[in-house]
Amino acid sequence: MSEPFLIGRDMTGGYGKGPDILHNCTIGVDKGEIAVIVGPNGAGKSTAMKAVFGMLDVRQGGVFLNGKDITKLSPQARVREGMGFVPQTSNIFTSMTVEENLEMGAFIRTDDIKDTMEQVYTLFPILRDKRNQAAGELSGGQRQQVAVGRALMTKPTVLMLDEPTAGVSPIVMDELFDRIIEVARTGISILMVEQNARQALEIADKGYVLVQGANAFTGTGKDLLADPEVRKSFLGG
Amino acid sequence: MDYLNAIVALTNFVLIPATAYGAQLALGALGVTLIYGILRFSNFAHGDTMAFGTMATIGATVVLQSWGVSFGPLPTALLALPFGIAATIGLVLLTDAGVYRFYRTQKAAPVIFVIVSMGVMFIMNGLVRILIGPDDRRFADGERFIISAREFKEMTGLREGLALKTTQGITIVVAVLVVAMLFYFLNRTRTGKSMRAYSDNEDLALLSGINPERVVMVTWMIVATLATIAGVLYGLDKSFKPFTYFQLLLPIFASAVVGGLGNPLGAIFGGFLIAYSEVLITYAWKKVLVYTLPDALEPTGLVQLLSTDYKFAVSFALLVIVLLFKPTGLFKGKSV
Repeated sequence: MSEPFLIGRDMTGGYGKGPDILHNCTIGVDKGEIAVIVGPNGAGKSTAMKAVFGMLDVRQGGVFLNGKDITKLSPQARVREGMGFVPQTSNIFTSMTVEENLEMGAFIRTDDIKDTMEQVYTLFPILRDKRNQAAGELSGGQRQQVAVGRALMTKPTVLMLDEPTAGVSPIVMDELFDRIIEVARTGISILMVEQNARQALEIADKGYVLVQGANAFTGTGKDLLADPEVRKSFLGG
Repeated sequence: MDYLNAIVALTNFVLIPATAYGAQLALGALGVTLIYGILRFSNFAHGDTMAFGTMATIGATVVLQSWGVSFGPLPTALLALPFGIAATIGLVLLTDAGVYRFYRTQKAAPVIFVIVSMGVMFIMNGLVRILIGPDDRRFADGERFIISAREFKEMTGLREGLALKTTQGITIVVAVLVVAMLFYFLNRTRTGKSMRAYSDNEDLALLSGINPERVVMVTWMIVATLATIAGVLYGLDKSFKPFTYFQLLLPIFASAVVGGLGNPLGAIFGGFLIAYSEVLITYAWKKVLVYTLPDALEPTGLVQLLSTDYKFAVSFALLVIVLLFKPTGLFKGKSV
């Protein structure tokens, strides 16, 4: 197997001067694929993703985007390299309208953003209806759509989502997953952390089960769902 | 009973002065609220920034006058205003580079910034007094009235006069223009929106590629402009005295806090609320009551609820009352 499009290889590190949270952790995603990080609470799922995005010190190992070493780049610089990140919380500008949120997402672009905005509105039709409403007034599911839409405005090649379905109802969750699949079909690689392991693995091309900051199981979504050990430990039988 | 004269008296002694004062407070409070919303601290040096801006404008006015330049019926200070603004922008950008940036890179707590801004306040305070002196100074020239009380009486035949000073007219017109421009900038331009985004969610703004240093610089420039304009308008309307400007900090903060810190609309509303309350409560109502009440009820005293010496108490009583019921101000403000 060739090197994935985006890979954080053998990452070891933690926040600030604190202890290591990740231990030789490897996370990667290929072009147009969906990779999902699952695992028990406190396994370092979000931390692994933040490490890939440059939000903590990677003391060993490295992060490579399309073969280029980006380990030393700041998160902002990684956005310019084509990575989009949707944090778990505070991921929208609540006092600004939906449209302004999208505009701010495209802040680093100097070309015309109309087409991209149109694509986002096509993907999330509800946002078109609410585009002049303050994003903070929207429902949880709609806010997540704004957050994903904002990250898509830079036309990223990789989109990283930190628990996009946290705190939304099961129906909205299914809809969000559908949208995420649609985004992946446009050729954007998706790397996401999920609490809802079973549903997430169902749509995943690749799954990473982390335990205590290290890779426990890795495989295609299907394989992991079928693996009796994974089922027993993480999926509740 | 004579309602027409009562209304004229009320307009002359309360509405017009309070509106002009409210506009000046609103401009000052806008500066405070922008700093709070974007740089996330309460800037105690704001009153003295206003004093510095006014001093610089007075300096430019004196130079212009010595060259024989005048603005016809309008005060020469309006022509000198751009120079005052430029000087103030220079001063606050230097202050930021020399003082605030150091604490910003350390990610200091807001309370540290507040104390730092007090230090800046004392320095600016001293600087202004050294350069122009502590004395009271009038620098309004040109036509004094748009309508004078005597003209009004002759025109209408009413017993009460209604005067509109040029400086009051200018204050209101300039304030409306400045506020309109500020809101256009914040809501319609890319830089303005990036400032709002930075104020709303700093981390996400960084993720979106918004350059914080640029946001901070533009904020200081706008704040310096607002402070200078507010200071000059106040000085034209009343007079320029460094100590008065230092004291203005109190009603300005009350305005910004009552309206909701970090909320520009709130700052404007708060400015007028504080101004009207101060003037209404310290106004001697006797004249208006004599016109409106039956003769038998004619008040013997002045019917002044509080002496004007206590006007600051009004701002603070109002501040406390509002904060008891709406802790983030009347409009939705924020707290850092």
